[in-house]
Amino acid sequence: MSATVHPPVPEGRQELVLERIEAFRRRRPRLTDEVVTLAHGAGGKASAALIDAVFLEAFRNEALEQLGDGALLPLPSGDQLAFATDSYVVRPHRFPGGSIGSLAVHGTVNDLAMCGARPSWLSAAFVIEEGFPVAELAALAADMAAAAAAAGVTVVTGDTKVVDTGAADGVFITTAGVGLVPAGRRLAADRVRPGDVVLVSGTLGDHGVAVLLARGDLDLEADVTSDTAPLAGLVEVLLAAAPGTRWLRDPTRGGVGTVCNELAAQAGVAVVLQESALPVRRPVGGACDLLGIDPLYVANEGKFVAVVPAEEAGAALTALRAHPLGADAAVIGRIAGEPERIVLLETSFGGSRIVDMLVGDPLPRIC
Amino acid sequence: MRFVDEYRDPAAARVAVRRITELADGGRGGLPYAFMEVCGGHTHTIYRHGIEQLLPETVELVHGPGCPVCVIPMGRVDDAIALAERPGVVFTSFGDMMRVPGSAGSLLEAKARGADVRMVYSPLDALKIAEATPDMQVVFFAVGFETTAPSTAVTLLRARERGIRNFSVFSNHVTIVPPLKAILESPDLRLDGFLGPGHVSTVIGNRPYDFVARRYGKPLVTTGFEPLDILQAIVMLLEQFAEGRCEVENQYTRVVRDEGNPIALAMLQQVFRLRPHFEWRGLGFIAQSALALSEDFADWDAERRFDLPGVRVADPKACQCGEVLKGAIKPWECKVFGTACTPETPIGTCMVSSEGACAAYYTFGRLHRTAAGLAAASS
Repeated sequence: MSATVHPPVPEGRQELVLERIEAFRRRRPRLTDEVVTLAHGAGGKASAALIDAVFLEAFRNEALEQLGDGALLPLPSGDQLAFATDSYVVRPHRFPGGSIGSLAVHGTVNDLAMCGARPSWLSAAFVIEEGFPVAELAALAADMAAAAAAAGVTVVTGDTKVVDTGAADGVFITTAGVGLVPAGRRLAADRVRPGDVVLVSGTLGDHGVAVLLARGDLDLEADVTSDTAPLAGLVEVLLAAAPGTRWLRDPTRGGVGTVCNELAAQAGVAVVLQESALPVRRPVGGACDLLGIDPLYVANEGKFVAVVPAEEAGAALTALRAHPLGADAAVIGRIAGEPERIVLLETSFGGSRIVDMLVGDPLPRIC
Repeated sequence: MRFVDEYRDPAAARVAVRRITELADGGRGGLPYAFMEVCGGHTHTIYRHGIEQLLPETVELVHGPGCPVCVIPMGRVDDAIALAERPGVVFTSFGDMMRVPGSAGSLLEAKARGADVRMVYSPLDALKIAEATPDMQVVFFAVGFETTAPSTAVTLLRARERGIRNFSVFSNHVTIVPPLKAILESPDLRLDGFLGPGHVSTVIGNRPYDFVARRYGKPLVTTGFEPLDILQAIVMLLEQFAEGRCEVENQYTRVVRDEGNPIALAMLQQVFRLRPHFEWRGLGFIAQSALALSEDFADWDAERRFDLPGVRVADPKACQCGEVLKGAIKPWECKVFGTACTPETPIGTCMVSSEGACAAYYTFGRLHRTAAGLAAASS
């Protein structure tokens, strides 16, 4: 078997195939499924396809088409109203560092903050499964009240529904929030330029790993606490120090890898991240290594990714690090012109790889 | 995880890459050295750390058949789904098996339709579910090479010891040596050497690979899963060529013993028997390449407990995974690559898992050179 046969390579065919794939990748993902699966809720390609095919199709309008964390609506005063909503179904209801209650406040407050808004009012709607202990509900409401007070928002309206046993998992919470974006403030992907710097406000993956471990079906123990926190204050600190800030996003479901992909696609740029610069706590990195999950795709609930002009990066970092929620802030990469619409990771090992959108939920590898 | 850092040191990587570049200079008769990494875990390391961009053009890595999820044929996935959809059954599976398509969808889709499919991290977790829900039939979808088979064996021994009767195993365990032989026997083979699988070898040892060098004249170096392990194994393969040797060597000495793990091997012997033949996606039927439960454990064998459709579903005709797996063609040379077969709608095994050769090429192919250029410019 020493003779190896090398088939002739058809000339130009490789380029042709690659061109075709590239064209395909540029299209928004298409919905081909007949039923909704968990993948449609994971924030990756499947989610995008479902939103496109069902919701954008039905509700199409200019504000929605931005597909931002919240909608921006012009007011006669020249300010803009930011309006965001989110549902919370996390299990278990309590995890180290927070609960579904505090999360329901932080998540929506943060969606508003990412639009540049100062959050003011929230609504809260509860879907409760028959049999759910009132004491537990009261405890969750107390968590929400404490989180709202800390974030400077008021819960001003709400709704309560009770469903049959089995029709919900204990309790689901939906919050909506409004806030004002001061006149002249605009954070958007189209302001991002090659040469800009990518910052993250703290360590990656703490929330996702804390919840995964709290579920208890892994028999893994590690000292990991969710980072759930309201970010509006930290955003104001950033914008004061770096008034040229281009774009902000909170890397919740899908993690930093997913929001960077959204940025690369919307802005038509390359996002080049440095693995050695990514702040990941040791227990989080260790748990991810063991489970075969990439911390870049793990959820955060108290962090933002920001793109700032290079000349403001130093000031931004200093200001963030002086704030208790930004102590681990770091420059994690830069914006480049090429290759367009791609997130590239320069690995600590000296190689590089592409960080793609996830197809569905990150499923642990078996080997 | 502090202990892994020394295996990810960029300075040591640069030294290894320099050595590889020297040793591989000129390639092999003008063509790049083509080395197959047999194990999917290696493929994952190679992509995760960007190793392909570090290598000179004179060394090419071919991704082999060692992704245990990718090699399960459609018919077996269909059987799994049929089991999962039976009333009263809790079907447990490793996470990455759940997206693999059968002829009519995947386990994830069956779950969406209402089947009780649960992801577990270990077969012991499945056994726990069985103990906790005695009125349900709990089936574990056992997949994987000799790496995961011992944990299935331990679970079965415990099930018997505790008399847990509502638990069974749908065994799809496969063995590494027969497909390696099948690849070496193929007339269009285009490989110069192998990176041997590290985890499998902790169980079976390094001796079973002796035939690769002796009978087929190809060197093999068993290696670990950290990026420096991979580079060092490539150095060892190239050194063999430089010194005119052709041997089976062990780079992963911190874990792999020549004789393997006798306790695990004895357990496999007790719990499993070799199937006369088993179908591999992309490679076809391979004799004595898979494990069924032994007679002693017939009572825990899902294939005997339940009626399974057991219908053989042929690999799609246009699919050329077999050739890709053997390194005979590049992914983009396949007729359906990137058209009918994409990561969202995979046809063949190589597109199924993100570490399959085609999925990796689909995602990264175009950008290899750009990425390499960028990395070089920024360092």
